[in-house]
Amino acid sequence: MNVVICVKQIPDPAAPGELDPSTNNLKRDSKLIMDDSDSYGVEMGLQLAESSGGGEVTLVSMAPNNETSGLRTALAMGAAKAMLISDPALAGSDALSTSKVLAATIKKAQPDLIIAATESSDGYTGTTPVQLAELLGLPSVTFAKKISVEGNSIKVERQTEAGYDEVTCSLPAVVTVTAGVVEPRYPNFKGIMAAKSKPVEEFKVADLGLSADEVGNTGARQVVFEVVAAEARQAGEKIIDEGEAHKDVISFLEKLKLI
Amino acid sequence: MSISKIWVLAESADSKPTSITLELLTFARGLNATVEAVGFGDSSESIVSELGNYGASTFNVVTDVNDSLPGVPVASAIANAVNSGNGPDLLLIGATYDGRDIAARLSAKLNLPVLTNVTGLESSGDDLIAHHSIFGGTQIAKAKFTTDSTPQIFVIRAKTFGAEPAGGGAASVNQLTAGDLGATNGAKIIARHVEERTGPKLDEADIVVSGGRGLSDKANYSMIEELAKLLKGAPGASRAIVDAGWVPYAYQVGQTGKTVKPTVYLACGISGATQHLVGMKNAKNIIAINKDPEAPIFSVADLGIVGDTQKILPKLIEELKARA
Ligand SMILES: Cc1cc2nc3c(=O)[nH]c(=O)nc-3n(C[C@H](O)[C@H](O)[C@H](O)COP(=O)(O)OP(=O)(O)OC[C@H]3O[C@@H](n4cnc5c(N)ncnc54)[C@H](O)[C@@H]3O)c2cc1C
Ligand SMILES: Cc1cc2nc3c(=O)[nH]c(=O)nc-3n(C[C@H](O)[C@H](O)[C@H](O)COP(=O)(O)OP(=O)(O)OC[C@H]3O[C@@H](n4cnc5c(N)ncnc54)[C@H](O)[C@@H]3O)c2cc1C
Repeated sequence: MNVVICVKQIPDPAAPGELDPSTNNLKRDSKLIMDDSDSYGVEMGLQLAESSGGGEVTLVSMAPNNETSGLRTALAMGAAKAMLISDPALAGSDALSTSKVLAATIKKAQPDLIIAATESSDGYTGTTPVQLAELLGLPSVTFAKKISVEGNSIKVERQTEAGYDEVTCSLPAVVTVTAGVVEPRYPNFKGIMAAKSKPVEEFKVADLGLSADEVGNTGARQVVFEVVAAEARQAGEKIIDEGEAHKDVISFLEKLKLI
Repeated sequence: MSISKIWVLAESADSKPTSITLELLTFARGLNATVEAVGFGDSSESIVSELGNYGASTFNVVTDVNDSLPGVPVASAIANAVNSGNGPDLLLIGATYDGRDIAARLSAKLNLPVLTNVTGLESSGDDLIAHHSIFGGTQIAKAKFTTDSTPQIFVIRAKTFGAEPAGGGAASVNQLTAGDLGATNGAKIIARHVEERTGPKLDEADIVVSGGRGLSDKANYSMIEELAKLLKGAPGASRAIVDAGWVPYAYQVGQTGKTVKPTVYLACGISGATQHLVGMKNAKNIIAINKDPEAPIFSVADLGIVGDTQKILPKLIEELKARA
């Protein structure tokens, strides 16, 4: 079974984010890393390819400045190769244009299964994978916490408000996985060395048969026109517990007539 | 662009529209346009009367969803309505499991952008302006569409608006169909598993008691559940303990979990990471218990207690039991 895994490369979430004041786009010019949310998809994809008797695992990423550091992390975990779309025309893309780029690229790989995270850590719209599925004419199952392959279909446990649903889905399909559902492997030294020579094929917007005005700031057809400070909340009273602080909680609740 | 017809995605559970549905209807009523609901599944008397009570004149219900995951058929039925000129100018969708699927499918079908994770919406002249809470809720980005194509699609987080009934009569039912969907409709629900839970829902509760990694051990989460029960509230959690497998994802509060706005939010052993704060900092009152006096959670707490949850929570439980 051939698996494509979407890997978003993002600025380190531990560093404070910053907007470019001229465009209100998120600044992405520092070194980018693999979105932690995608490490679960990578692990899941590797496991499924292994358990279904082999098959190739290909990574797909759209990122600025021909960034590959995040892809190298996923290659070191065990993926065979990567496809990278990087083009200045893509700056400011919205989720739909991103999905157009990913769809056109993934079409070339002809996978049986496409895996993404339920939402990225930086933009977190959570819409890209399902937009991608529609553009490819494929079914999708979001919020997967468990996936197993059964012949030409998959069985998925999909999180719901009340618990989970058991879903079957014909292949090819797009599945989004939630964080924490598998334990992503740490790349070992051998993996890291091997990743350096694994192929990363690069594409420009024109290579994908897309026009420049379908993507980037023009394609987005939405604009952030202003950024303002949110109303800050003031800290209140702070008490050090010396054995009786539970009484302060009680009287706080009493004042609000909640008990 | 002027808006004359609005559709609100109506979802239901236990024969009642969900609270986010009622919140969106309440907001839509203020926009001086025809307000209708669109949804799937249950269109029983109790649903249509409640939708009407909150301002929907019609419930457009997709009748051929069957056992499919709703995203594909519901989006197709809405796209059919739009393509035949019967669609809305504005579509308001809650940021729920199925809501996001429907918005994303529809966006690709109609080649229209979506504004997602909206935490505020205001009209300004002919434009609707969406607020997005960014950088852990410290800043608000204001965004709008630059295209006149309709419908404008917004995916809105829970608790962005309050829910107020308007007292209208039951909504009339209009049936929509998805038609033949081909391969896209390959995802089918074969069984539903419901985890038993008592007490109010996390995003509807008046009191939320949440626990984090500071509880030290999974077994200590039972104190959070007991406290929530004694206070007739709902138990919640930080992502750290959801990822650790102590509690299901449905308990998670924050950026990738639920947004809550209770009268009191009690955070126990939670550091107050920005991604947690965005989900709860609009609570009316916040109480935090944390042993680290410098924990960021104290910067938003009305009552901060520097101390050990394992010492304080048992006493709090005992005191509340004594009063019960
Ligand atoms: C604060 C903020 C708010 C935004 N709001 C909106 C909005 O309301 N509407 C809108 O259309 N856009 C919005 N954007 C832009 C949007 O984030 C980008 O278009 C982004 O390229 C794709 O969306 P996402 O990160 O939200 O992806 P999501 O849909 O959250 O991503 C889910 C998964 O899809 C895969 N994926 C996503 N992008 C890539 C990629 N570039 N390469 C490989 N895999 C990928 C990953 O597996 C990812 O985890 C916003 C951006 C920011 C920073
Ligand atoms: C993209 C992204 C999305 C995220 N989304 C979410 C989200 O939706 N929700 C969420 O919660 N997090 C989210 N996170 C994770 C978030 O950044 C934090 O890691 C998480 O909230 C920490 O959980 P915690 O407070 O329980 O644990 P910690 O940060 O480890 O804090 C534990 C706290 O307990 C205190 N403590 C320890 N022992 C005791 C004791 N005996 N008594 C009292 N206090 C004690 C410590 O002082 C500390 O402050 C997200 C992160 C990313 C990158």
